[in-house]
Amino acid sequence: MTSDAGKHDIPGTTLFDGAQARKGYALNKMCYSFNSAANREAFVRDEDAYCARYGLTEAQRAAVRGRNVLELIAAGGNIYYLAKLAGILHLDVQDIGAQQTGMSKDDFKAMLVAAGR
Amino acid sequence: MATITGAIMSSHVPSIGGAIAKGLQQDPYWKPFFDGFPPAHAWLAKAKPDVAVVFYNDHGLNFFLDKLPTFAVGAAPEYRNADEGWGIPTVRPFNGDPALSWHLIDSLVADEFDITMCQEMLVDHALTLPMALLWPGGGEWPVRIVPIAMNHVQYPLPSPRRSYHLGQAVGRAIEAWDEDARVVVLGTGGLSHQLDGPRAGFINKAFDLMCMDAIVDDPGRLARLSMLELVREAGAQGTELMTWVAARGALTGSVSKIHSNYHIPISNTAAALMVLENRAPPAARVLAA
Repeated sequence: MTSDAGKHDIPGTTLFDGAQARKGYALNKMCYSFNSAANREAFVRDEDAYCARYGLTEAQRAAVRGRNVLELIAAGGNIYYLAKLAGILHLDVQDIGAQQTGMSKDDFKAMLVAAGR
Repeated sequence: MATITGAIMSSHVPSIGGAIAKGLQQDPYWKPFFDGFPPAHAWLAKAKPDVAVVFYNDHGLNFFLDKLPTFAVGAAPEYRNADEGWGIPTVRPFNGDPALSWHLIDSLVADEFDITMCQEMLVDHALTLPMALLWPGGGEWPVRIVPIAMNHVQYPLPSPRRSYHLGQAVGRAIEAWDEDARVVVLGTGGLSHQLDGPRAGFINKAFDLMCMDAIVDDPGRLARLSMLELVREAGAQGTELMTWVAARGALTGSVSKIHSNYHIPISNTAAALMVLENRAPPAARVLAA
């Protein structure tokens, strides 16, 4: 039996299956390196050089440059590793949620509060 | 023989770490969440566990995609937290219980769970924050820990049924442990939330409330979910509910709910807490007497 994670009809959702993991390995490996403060500083000092060191693809580098979370996911990024990149960029999970849903941060937060009613 | 006193299930949202560090427990945003914990503290004061066996999921602190175990059991004398990249303060180290760890490892593999064994293991916010919520105030941790990490990063994830069976196998092993120890089982994560994709911000209160009922009296209902059903109903990261299901599986006696709390939102998540007490069935009590 193969994984059914790649074939589903759940809207707005990319499951991190083998295909995604293969595509995103370099990007995720770079993000995993951000557990180290020295590596975060090296990224901030020279972002392009740091991406090059990890062998990111053009699409991955463009998505990093554009701070575009949906493109980072499309390029194989996993949200748990991407969160470490977001931390460097001072984006919290509401910033990321707002960006991905095309809402303002206030509207996104209001949507979360409304889910509790 | 060891006794399983009960299980506590709690969310582990990273921003809780910041709230604890800044002392925001009575802040209006945080109060409904932190106010859930005193009844858990009162129960722990009575239950007096010596050890906590913790089902949780690592988010890229100890494990990366180069080597990612489906289930990993800690067998270290000490577990440390470390920098996760986005700035929540680290917590003081935890004492392990290598004797219990190796007993669990031996039992699980004999039971055909092909787990990964870890004599070194960093523990991330998913373990440290529930511990800090349950035993606040600093100082030595009053319990030793055995962490059990479950893969919730890379598909295929272990199925709900397998997660429940793992918990049952852990429960049997603890109860067969030839030590006079009191053990509490923790499951951390959830409840419904989704961080990634155009569906980010998804929360499902009705499903969460169903889960909080079923985890007490009908955990098999949760074990029968498919992973895709779970993602659909609980959100992409809501699959962490499986740490709860594993913890519930470890309760082998009659189970009663002591306390629960549910609050939306903490960060992007429906935050929840449950305290379940485990009583040995009458037959076992007679045998033990």
